[in-house]
Amino acid sequence: MALKTETMVLNMGPQHPSTHGVLRLELEIEGELILSVKPHIGYLHRCFEKHAEAMTYPQVIPYTDRLDYLAAMGNNFGYVIAVEKLLGIQIPERVEYIRVIMAELQRIASHLVAIATNGADIGALTPFLYLFRDREYILSLFEMTCGARMLYNYMWIGGLSHDIHPDFVRKTKEFINHFRPTIVELNNLLTFNKIFIERTANVGILPLDTAINFGASGPVLRGSGLAFDVRREDPYSIYNRFDFEIPTGKGLVGTVGDCWDRYYVRVLEMEQSLRIIEQAIDNIPEGDVHSAIPKRIKPPKGTIYSRVENPRGELGYFIISDGNLNPFRVKVRAPSFVNLELMGELCKGHLVADVIAILGSLDIVLGEIDR
Amino acid sequence: MKKTEEIFELLKTEFCEVILGLDKETPTEPIISVDSMQVHNVGAFLRDNDELNFDSLMVLSGVDDANGIKVKDEDGIDMISGGTLSVYYHLHSTSWKHKITLKISTPRQNPKVESVYNVWRTSDWHEREAFDMFGIIFLNHPDLRRILMPYDWEAGYPLRKDYKNPEFYKGMKVPY
Repeated sequence: MALKTETMVLNMGPQHPSTHGVLRLELEIEGELILSVKPHIGYLHRCFEKHAEAMTYPQVIPYTDRLDYLAAMGNNFGYVIAVEKLLGIQIPERVEYIRVIMAELQRIASHLVAIATNGADIGALTPFLYLFRDREYILSLFEMTCGARMLYNYMWIGGLSHDIHPDFVRKTKEFINHFRPTIVELNNLLTFNKIFIERTANVGILPLDTAINFGASGPVLRGSGLAFDVRREDPYSIYNRFDFEIPTGKGLVGTVGDCWDRYYVRVLEMEQSLRIIEQAIDNIPEGDVHSAIPKRIKPPKGTIYSRVENPRGELGYFIISDGNLNPFRVKVRAPSFVNLELMGELCKGHLVADVIAILGSLDIVLGEIDR
Repeated sequence: MKKTEEIFELLKTEFCEVILGLDKETPTEPIISVDSMQVHNVGAFLRDNDELNFDSLMVLSGVDDANGIKVKDEDGIDMISGGTLSVYYHLHSTSWKHKITLKISTPRQNPKVESVYNVWRTSDWHEREAFDMFGIIFLNHPDLRRILMPYDWEAGYPLRKDYKNPEFYKGMKVPY
């Protein structure tokens, strides 16, 4: 009797612990081998873009929190920068410094989740607990500043909702001192762990030209070896004042652009974020964080596409203003939305278990994919 | 690195009538208007020309210009008749670091655009989203289905300015 050779369609999700949300992957498999992967999205669609058209400009900010809910500061940042460019207003130095510090803390917090869940998905549960402990430090820093732990509504057009707490600088320095050694610990525990390397090295290799053509950004693109970072490429806020490196994938344990490279880029980026915070934290000038907030936000007619480097990649806001109090159109270029398109390309020829490793290394957040 | 004006001149000599104009009035970014049926050719030229090398499509966004006439249909519901829908393409070159914005407009009654799927693979889902939200048909797109809305959504295209929420979806009351 001959072996059965027909292919089978397997649904992974919408409810699956390692899809990081409600995502359905339609796998076409032959035994354990993946022939094709089709992502089905939209389960978390909350009509952000339609809502935004009915809101005034400041009212949109809380909605941006809920796009990439693991990096809400970054979303606020991108949106307020876009509106400020439309308005053409100058921001006080103090606000710029605090914004950069918050965005970098958020980047670390977000990468910690990415790394932790990537590990946990493929069986390494211990690092998950350690990393969430450290993320807790950052969340309490945010809580101390604005009262919220996840969805902050912290950055306002022209300013910030609250000034920093008197203890903030001291506690942030404490965090830096605590966190540096933890990265070393993480590397010993997970990064150079033999089992982890076996699961991620040479899996889901993304060649650079494919990455560019698919529009990948953030650690996914940098993992493939291109040092592209919006903070350096198209500097916004005051990022051109800081000295930091852009880590790229080097194929240290496998091939350039594999899952491990994407993972390791995130680890290295946390170190760079610490460097930026260190440079900024002692130089916060005096000032009033509310002084530049306009009384009435009514941008002139015009369009703007403005982008920032979010933990997951290039977050862009395309805003059309028709001169009214509410935006005419807001389009979000969500990095995860673009990066998820790569799934079909990356999974071909791998095994079912690798899908989880690849998905974890792309680090998606369904909140911003479905908007 | 080239300015939008230089790129516009270059395109103008290469494509003549296909390039419709350069809008410099918007304060923040100049926009080059292109013929909707030729946008894939313009895109391929922009990507492959060594001096331009626009290898990355940052974002593709559909827009309802809402520039038609407001009318009431037989049930007395407000509708927009005539006017255009637009698609904006924000391009970027990873090697030359320059950026430009292209724009096409297409009639609201019969919105058709050539797909740029074969030029930038990024456009795959973005075009599906523009189709989903505005009903813009991207010709030669291999897989033009709804993406964010349910596949069987029949109440129209949500981001159009005259969209009305349906009362029922598959016999279920839509609560708000």
